[in-house]
Amino acid sequence: MFRLLTRRLALIVPTFIGVTLLGFLLIHSIPGDPVEVRVGERGISAERLAYFRHELGLDQPLWKQFLDYEGQLLHGDLGRSVVTQESVWTEFKTFFPATFELSVCALAFAILVGLPLGVMAAVRRGSALDYGLIGISVTGASMPIFWWGLMAVLIFSVALGWTPVSGRIDDLFYIEPRTGFLLIDAWFSDEPGAFRSAVRHLILPAIVLGTVPLATIARMTRSAMLEVLGEDYVRTARAKGLAPGRVVVVHALRNALIPVVTVLGLQVGALLGGAILTETVFAWPGVGHWLVESVQRRDYNVLQGGTLLIAVLVMLVNLGVDVLYGVLNPRLRH
Amino acid sequence: MSATLAVPRSGLFRRLLENPGAVAGLVIMVALIILAIAAPVIAPHGPAEQFRESFLTPPFQQSTFPLGTDSLGRDILTRLIYGARLSLLIGAVVVALSLSIGTMLGLAAAFAGGALDVAIMRLMDVLLVFPSLLLAIVVVAILGPGLTNAMLAVAVVLLPGYVRLARAAALGELTREYVVATRSAGAGVLRLMLLVVLPNCAAPLIVQATLGFSAAILDAAALGFLGLGAQPPTPEWGTMLADALQFYQRAWWLLAFPGIAILVTVMAFNLLGDGLRDALDPKLRR
Repeated sequence: MFRLLTRRLALIVPTFIGVTLLGFLLIHSIPGDPVEVRVGERGISAERLAYFRHELGLDQPLWKQFLDYEGQLLHGDLGRSVVTQESVWTEFKTFFPATFELSVCALAFAILVGLPLGVMAAVRRGSALDYGLIGISVTGASMPIFWWGLMAVLIFSVALGWTPVSGRIDDLFYIEPRTGFLLIDAWFSDEPGAFRSAVRHLILPAIVLGTVPLATIARMTRSAMLEVLGEDYVRTARAKGLAPGRVVVVHALRNALIPVVTVLGLQVGALLGGAILTETVFAWPGVGHWLVESVQRRDYNVLQGGTLLIAVLVMLVNLGVDVLYGVLNPRLRH
Repeated sequence: MSATLAVPRSGLFRRLLENPGAVAGLVIMVALIILAIAAPVIAPHGPAEQFRESFLTPPFQQSTFPLGTDSLGRDILTRLIYGARLSLLIGAVVVALSLSIGTMLGLAAAFAGGALDVAIMRLMDVLLVFPSLLLAIVVVAILGPGLTNAMLAVAVVLLPGYVRLARAAALGELTREYVVATRSAGAGVLRLMLLVVLPNCAAPLIVQATLGFSAAILDAAALGFLGLGAQPPTPEWGTMLADALQFYQRAWWLLAFPGIAILVTVMAFNLLGDGLRDALDPKLRR
């Protein structure tokens, strides 16, 4: 177990350097000098330009600039937003809990609905339920989620009035951000109705963001269960006279979970990508919304820093999935 | 050489036709291609033609505008038909780019081994760490918004899949006897790569390319929706949805039809890709 962990950790280092190098080179390939971009059309004297370029280290060779950048990163310095002058890390910390909260709820929805659906479809193979599930998973996998989000708003918020159109909570409430996770903060706040409002705002975006993972999880669970249900040990368990439910849940599902966990890990990247669209549709103040705005404002420091943080997050989750994989499947530990 | 292909061609097509999903996908795809080619003949109006007396006409009410008009008085049906051209173009360009470059990189990694192999595969690992849409956004942010840059961005995003598949398939073939025999007969590396090994690695790449069509159309539409892809007044489906944002709460048809077009097209390529995979890989069929 320990060896698996160290081996995976060692692999992360070159990937991390690669990610930072790629981000560095991409941002540096933007045409135009950052200093000239900042002074705009007013123009600037040659000496001042040289001074500012020196100040920012832009007169150094590229490799030196990259090493300086890596040094900054190791000190936790991701630079400052050109627009707000706030440090990128501080901004990320304010926006991330909203994305995290949304993603966790979306994933929970996808698992709580997708896993049982996949199991039931596999157990009743060829039934109407099975075909219905296949239809849902094909549709879900092809869904343009920004469209699905807008349609959901149109139907459930505008036409039926069940949920609010956008935002995280009603403007009536001011919740002191203690954890940053609004559901928790609202639960412990004194404001009556705040928690209810936060839940009502969260439901629709979470379902929309969870739709694609739901389709994938249900489909994976179904095929993994079908495979496992045909194994000898399942037949043995049945022959022993165990209750059918116990055979399915304890004997079959446990082994079917291995590929499902892998797929779950892969969903995290997809979730963060989907969050960009979902947050844009629902005006959800999260990291995705923040990054899209940074593109529109040409705030490249934010784009570079935010993208890097998300990439690191995905790397850590992949590591976690690998370790979990080792726990679930002892054969892989060595 | 084709004898080593696991599946004879006729059997492949027959098996594909046995799969109702794949048939549906194929039918939709053919219909889309016909629509795209014959757009100027089929479409009732011009894609940018404005009817100043008919803003936001609801659908199914006037026979001149079967699916209604948008906020500038343009016919939705016409724009959807012209949008099919763009979506197929996007799919074709993106797949052509990522398939050809990805396959070459994958084959190069497999044949060269050593440092080049490590370098290529590490780079692909790095690309895979970024959520695909985010990477596409970064690339477009650097190149500037627009349809061409959006296609380039999506092609970059889809690259690692082809590289990994091509490399894995080629490594599997390299030790086979026919490759060793051809090599000892004096065939050069390029000949070995492109004429001997590549045809036998084609099956997974074809499947991936079909699925790549749907990924390309979906991602390009998402970029269009975020204002980073095709720019108005281009009748690209994602851009049409972005245009609809201001009015969709009182004009649902602006939203519904372009989205359905994206969904159906993406689903068609997904169904066809899944069907092809099942047909090409007898091991998967049960």
